[in-house]
Amino acid sequence: MTQLPEHTEKSLGLVIDLDTCVGCHACVVSCKGWNTENYGAPLSDQDPYGSDPVGTFLNRVHSYEVQPASGPAQLVHFPKSCLHCEDAPCVTVCPTGASYKRTEDGIVLVNESDCIGCGLCAWACPYGAREMDAVAGVMKKCTLCVDRIYNTNLPEEDREPACVRTCPAGARHFGDLSDPGSAVSQLVAERGGMDLMPEQGTKPVNKYLPPRPKDKIGEDIDVLAPLLEPVAEEQRGFFSWLDKALEKL
Amino acid sequence: MRQPKLNTSPPVSDEVRQTTCYMCACRCGINVHMKDGKVAYIEGNRDHPVNRGVLCAKGSAGIMQHNAPSRLRAPLKRVGPRGSGEFEEISWDEALDIATGWLEPLRADPEKLAFFTGRDQSQSFTSFWAQNFGTPNYAAHGGFCSVNMAAAGIYTMGGAFWEFGQPDWDRTKLFMLFGVAEDHDSNPIKIGLGKLKARGAKVIGVNPIRTGYNAIADEWVGMAPGTDGLFILSLVHTLLKSGRIDLDYLARFTNAPVLVNCDPKSPDYGLFLRDDAGKPVVMDRAAGKLAAFDQPGVRPDLNATHRHAGVTHVTVFHKLANRYLSNEYAPENVADRCGVEANRIRMIAAELARVAFDEAFELDQEWTDFRGERHATMTGRPVSFHAMRGISAHANGFQTCRALHVLQILLGTVEVPGGFRFKPPYPKPVEAHPTPHCVVTPNGPLNGPHLGFPRGPQDLALKDDGTPARIDKAFTWENPMSAHGLMHMVISNAHAGDPYKIDTLFMYMANMSWNSTMNTCGVMDMLTDRDENGDYVIPRIIYSDAYSSEMVAYADLILPDTTYLERHDCISMLDRPICEAEAAADAIRWPVVEPDRNVRGFQSVLVDLANRMKLPGFTQQNGDPMYKDYADYIVNHERRPGIGPLAGWRMDEDGLTEGRGAPNKDQLDNYIENGGFWVGHIPDEAQFYKPWNTAYQEWAVGLGLYDAPQPYIFQLYVEPMRRFQLAAEGHGDRQPPEHLRDRIREKLDPLPIWYETDQQGNDGFTVSALTQRPMAMYHSWGTQNAWLRQLHGRNPLYVPSALMREADLKDGDWAHVMSPHGKITVPVMEMAALNENTVWTWNAIGKRRGAWALEEDAPEATKGFLLNHLIHELLPPKGDGLRWANSDPITGQAAWFDLKVKIEKADPPDAAQPDLPPLRSPVGKGPGVLAWKVGK
Amino acid sequence: MHPAPSVIIFTTLSGLGFGLLAWLGLGLPAVTGIVAFIFFAIAFGLAVGGLMASTFHLGHPERALKAFTQWRSSWLSREGVLAVAALLVMAVYGFGVVFLSVQWTLLGWIGSLLSALAVFATSMIYAQLKTVPRWNLPLTPALFMSFAIGGGALMAGQIKVATVLLIVAGIVQVAYWIVGDRALLGSGSTLSTATGLRFGAVRAFEPPHTGTNYLLKEFAYVVGRRHSMKLRVIGLALMAVVPVLCLLLPFSHVLAAVAVLSHLMGVAVVRWLFFAEAEHVLGLYYGVR
Ligand SMILES: Nc1nc2c(c(=O)[nH]1)N[C@H]1C(S)=C(S)[C@@H](COP(=O)(O)OP(=O)(O)OC[C@H]3O[C@@H](n4cnc5c(=O)[nH]c(N)nc54)[C@H](O)[C@@H]3O)O[C@H]1N2
Ligand SMILES: Nc1nc2c(c(=O)[nH]1)N[C@H]1C(S)=C(S)[C@@H](COP(=O)(O)OP(=O)(O)OC[C@H]3O[C@@H](n4cnc5c(=O)[nH]c(N)nc54)[C@H](O)[C@@H]3O)O[C@H]1N2
Ligand code: SF4
Ligand code: SF4
Ligand code: SF4
Ligand code: SF4
Ligand code: SF4
Ligand SMILES: [Mo]
Repeated sequence: MTQLPEHTEKSLGLVIDLDTCVGCHACVVSCKGWNTENYGAPLSDQDPYGSDPVGTFLNRVHSYEVQPASGPAQLVHFPKSCLHCEDAPCVTVCPTGASYKRTEDGIVLVNESDCIGCGLCAWACPYGAREMDAVAGVMKKCTLCVDRIYNTNLPEEDREPACVRTCPAGARHFGDLSDPGSAVSQLVAERGGMDLMPEQGTKPVNKYLPPRPKDKIGEDIDVLAPLLEPVAEEQRGFFSWLDKALEKL
Repeated sequence: MRQPKLNTSPPVSDEVRQTTCYMCACRCGINVHMKDGKVAYIEGNRDHPVNRGVLCAKGSAGIMQHNAPSRLRAPLKRVGPRGSGEFEEISWDEALDIATGWLEPLRADPEKLAFFTGRDQSQSFTSFWAQNFGTPNYAAHGGFCSVNMAAAGIYTMGGAFWEFGQPDWDRTKLFMLFGVAEDHDSNPIKIGLGKLKARGAKVIGVNPIRTGYNAIADEWVGMAPGTDGLFILSLVHTLLKSGRIDLDYLARFTNAPVLVNCDPKSPDYGLFLRDDAGKPVVMDRAAGKLAAFDQPGVRPDLNATHRHAGVTHVTVFHKLANRYLSNEYAPENVADRCGVEANRIRMIAAELARVAFDEAFELDQEWTDFRGERHATMTGRPVSFHAMRGISAHANGFQTCRALHVLQILLGTVEVPGGFRFKPPYPKPVEAHPTPHCVVTPNGPLNGPHLGFPRGPQDLALKDDGTPARIDKAFTWENPMSAHGLMHMVISNAHAGDPYKIDTLFMYMANMSWNSTMNTCGVMDMLTDRDENGDYVIPRIIYSDAYSSEMVAYADLILPDTTYLERHDCISMLDRPICEAEAAADAIRWPVVEPDRNVRGFQSVLVDLANRMKLPGFTQQNGDPMYKDYADYIVNHERRPGIGPLAGWRMDEDGLTEGRGAPNKDQLDNYIENGGFWVGHIPDEAQFYKPWNTAYQEWAVGLGLYDAPQPYIFQLYVEPMRRFQLAAEGHGDRQPPEHLRDRIREKLDPLPIWYETDQQGNDGFTVSALTQRPMAMYHSWGTQNAWLRQLHGRNPLYVPSALMREADLKDGDWAHVMSPHGKITVPVMEMAALNENTVWTWNAIGKRRGAWALEEDAPEATKGFLLNHLIHELLPPKGDGLRWANSDPITGQAAWFDLKVKIEKADPPDAAQPDLPPLRSPVGKGPGVLAWKVGK
Repeated sequence: MHPAPSVIIFTTLSGLGFGLLAWLGLGLPAVTGIVAFIFFAIAFGLAVGGLMASTFHLGHPERALKAFTQWRSSWLSREGVLAVAALLVMAVYGFGVVFLSVQWTLLGWIGSLLSALAVFATSMIYAQLKTVPRWNLPLTPALFMSFAIGGGALMAGQIKVATVLLIVAGIVQVAYWIVGDRALLGSGSTLSTATGLRFGAVRAFEPPHTGTNYLLKEFAYVVGRRHSMKLRVIGLALMAVVPVLCLLLPFSHVLAAVAVLSHLMGVAVVRWLFFAEAEHVLGLYYGVR
């Protein structure tokens, strides 16, 4: 199903808050755990106890240093999985139809039984969101936990992606980004949610909330300085202030 | 073509078993999904008070730990030389016979046994075992971990951060974090930070390194290591000077108004004025008369002066104000040393004051204080603090932690809405804790619990001849308030036979020949050193581990433990429970799967050994054992009548009850049914002001946390410290040795001070070298985990940009890193968001070749490294003929973070240096491919 | 990008094979019988061998048939369909030439067109990828086409045309390098757009894991600049200069063989560079290009 649907009923995706992510990798490992045991082939590891361990992961956390024009350098932890793009180039390049975007919710999936493991979809993805599994020989990618979010064997509150459920800091949000009233859409609107590599024209569904401005405490001196007006210059003065203050209590 | 039909509701598992995670010491609740009787997937338990459903990277990787090829498979007897890793698998019968054969004879001379445990969570049990064995030589790992933090908190306010309490995450508006990369409260801190961020509340991170929590902090104070105390006291100075302190709070709830003897000639100089009942007294502002601090209706005066029997007494507050108003602490005078601009210090103080006082709020909740006064509301001061090893693991850490507590108390933000809150069984003042015990009786138990909080020289663990009673020299003049013992000194002292020789070193869950020790190579030498007869200097070593760690190779007998999913454990109110500020809670682990190897839960093995030796406390009158195994102990042991290891589902005449009650044979099943934990909520009226809140005190007594209400006031001024000073000044009959007199006089100041950590012999070594916990790794355990080791399989040394230029380094280069003690050669990487004079690396990623069932050329061994090689347990010689410990002079806490180094570019070696010979793996090696899926 | 031998062999051989088929379909050279058989065998050998090589890197070659289904959107699928169509048509045409000594001209033209289109489709597999700015250029199809047709002419013994076409291919190659070297910069993708972090200069700090992964192995192949310059010169010389010189000299079978071999080797070298030098934008996330 290599052609993209004209329209999807929903655009399910993630909103990731870069102001909150502490880079703990919890989402990385819960994703590995869930997707090893569930949808499709397990996420395998080569040389897991050797000199060059390499495994398949669907979600990885980068970190970047940003040096503003003034002030100290900052560090940003940056989780990244499939962005479930509206114009997903990974889908249209697929020769077998294994890659597809679901019409009902916009989730981009690989139908593993059709995948020949040619790797072209991974070439077409600007974000590095697809990884070929070396044991299964098929392309693996974030499924947006399609086997959780509708799963009636799970309690209602657990019908969300494994990574979202596990994120200790609450930096990951899941919802329908095509619905402007959804909590995720509102977060995006409030916090200036952004696209990654917009110039690639992929129209990602997932959005990132930028870090809030930092290291500003010195800047509001005018507001804060009066708070530190000394009560007295001398120590004797301090104790007589103290007496007066105690009177008032 | 149509899109494929997908089953979006596949079955998730056959069954969910709920227990407690032990991929670290945070103790989150987990749902273990089982398929075909095997562990299929682990997720957080949403109902659990600690993690509320979330799980960290380690927790989610539990399945890979549980299946790790490094798991020990059977008891091991050493057959090659120590340190070779050559073992023979033996039966449990043989192993227990050997252990009993070694241990039982030592009961006649119990100090010949040293029993030390690591980060296990059964210290109330292991200490009970050691006490009944009779040895004075027991402690857990706290002395090298964070005793400064714990002890400073207990002495100052009856509890510290960390397991003792937490910020009021739902209400705090300004959160200041000192020296934390991860901490034990791993998930709760992240959940809390998430709450703050969701509200847009402000976070200030004080840390030389800006990663993790500090990366998301709105303000980063990239402090010079070891100078926090100065910075904090400068904040105190600034706040005092502008009168931005909570006088009402100080007068009511702290010892600020307590009167102190000011006569330098008096034997009570610096001690509190007390009434006949021994209670510290204050001046009552209303009556103008002296009164016990807790007398109903009293209005303590912060500014009183009182002459009594010819001696002038002033208030603690007076002393405190005099000290910190001094210009010595003015921002301008500390800025350079701290590496923080004076203006920034001021503005941070201003922001603290603004939020604490201008954003104060009232909670509509009545409560009654310990003086009987009824309050209509609870006043919130939405500023909170948290700190951990960054300030604790320095040789000035105790006083720095004290300074931080004094700061938050001055702001009136402890145990108030929006501030810092204790978790039961805390708050608990020093008086409610035991003192140390060390009196040995051959073939009898020790005279009391080993560890405690000395109130003065009388409580030191000294023999009659004044020599140390304990092998680790805890509670001696060298570190009088070493409340957690000094595990990091055990091996070197035992090797030196100082203060005496031991026979058997028995250790549990501590990788003492590798990452948890200082002077790693030296320790390996001590463990393998032989005397003139060719016998090992430390004659016998018994060790319990669950995995093929580096330490295994250095023991003579290995008692293999199960994994955390295969045994009973008890996270007990007698120990370090899982309580939250709103509730008491405890938890268990239980075998959600049975071991598939010949291993046994170590606690049950201890019960077995106790039974074989018929230890008191484990043996009935008729000589029969009291407990069959650990599960039996958990259910049936009573520490005091009605008080057992678990507080939930006890029995009284009406049936099930909580807290106090008789043992209930179904207790473990009750826990399992409830998800592995129990929670007892604190009533609304008792939620805040716990040390002074009658409702809380009554609730705590009801639950059995203590037997009578014990309200107390915070100790800005710590009198026990003053008692040690008095001794150093020549008072009393227990006197410190001459060479320690000055140090005790100086360092045991009852009001927080800051001092430069000992830099003698460090000339030329000018760069601070630190480690941080990686969030996705737990010390050495993480490495055996196929998933986690891909995240952190090696560790570079992170070097600030300017230092990189200076040393002509670029990413991927190698450098020699040298301290006065040693040299290592390691890969480097540039980092800008870092204090300009600090280098750092992730802790405990480096591994010994051959350990953990990894290939010998694993990156952990070839490109990973430990800073520990550079850190010595003793400071460089000063020329006074003595070697001073690299520890806090008050508590003996290992000063990991005082390390100073220099770096210089190196030719890339084949592997990180030192490159020690490989250990023989007692468990073989892991498979070449993993595609783990237990369901079809 | 990782220069996988399978794709280098595939594009090199099948390009040449289809190039030769294209010429054969046009009746150049107008051979029949055993001579034709040899020409066709070489052409089919190259084209089919290349296609076979391309399946080596598949995770599931046994499902290769599925790759013919998505010709409406996928260039890889189109390439498969066109290649098979070209091979089938040319097989029939070749049968006529070899065994019946008849040239079904129209069929030949169709086969020839299909062969060229197969090469074009191959080139579009790369040229369509916005993620690899160095490939995402009109010069990419031009490069593949000029190589295939030039190489085909050489193989087909069309000396004059081949001389000109090889010179053209050389020029296209040089142009491709010049334009390609600026492509990543010109694409507008930077670490700043990749991360959306725009409040300062962004630098990749710790990677998500200390080991490697599929993505890094596949996409983050880095050739040193000095290395690549040397290889460019060698590649260009082998692929165009040497063959052209050989062709300009009086004809001999030895020289022709040298020209063909040199060309083949040259194409392999520049193809290696085609992959090895191509920067995938995802490398930005890892601080590599
Ligand atoms: N350079 C440097 N060194 C440090 C520190 C630092 O900050 N910097 N920090 C120090 C601190 S605070 C600490 S607490 C120590 C930690 O040091 P350790 O407590 O020694 O830490 P681990 O490496 O986790 O070692 C614990 C051992 O327990 C074993 N183990 C794991 N699970 C089980 C189990 O279920 N049963 C049994 N019986 N054994 C088990 C592991 O295999 C391992 O061998 O390190 C200290 N070392
Ligand atoms: N994931 C994970 N969690 C763990 C552990 C683990 O190994 N892995 N270990 C557990 C154990 S045993 C412990 S003790 C706790 C420790 O938890 P933390 O206290 O978070 O310990 P560290 O990671 O050693 O972090 C110390 C921090 O202090 C900073 N620091 C160092 N010197 C100074 C200083 O002078 N001033 C300031 N302000 N900061 C300074 C360092 O940069 C670092 O960020 O974590 C526990 N939790
Ligand atoms: S779990 Fe949450 S905080 Fe941790 S790395 Fe992932 S997004 Fe960031
Ligand atoms: S992120 Fe990559 S894999 Fe996911 S839809 Fe977009 S292009 Fe496809
Ligand atoms: S690897 Fe599989 S999913 Fe990706 S393009 Fe090839 S066939 Fe399609
Ligand atoms: S949504 Fe599911 S598959 Fe996607 S990153 Fe999160 S856990 Fe992994
Ligand atoms: S913080 Fe992580 S490793 Fe520690 S107990 Fe919780 S889930 Fe387990
Ligand atoms: Mo620790």
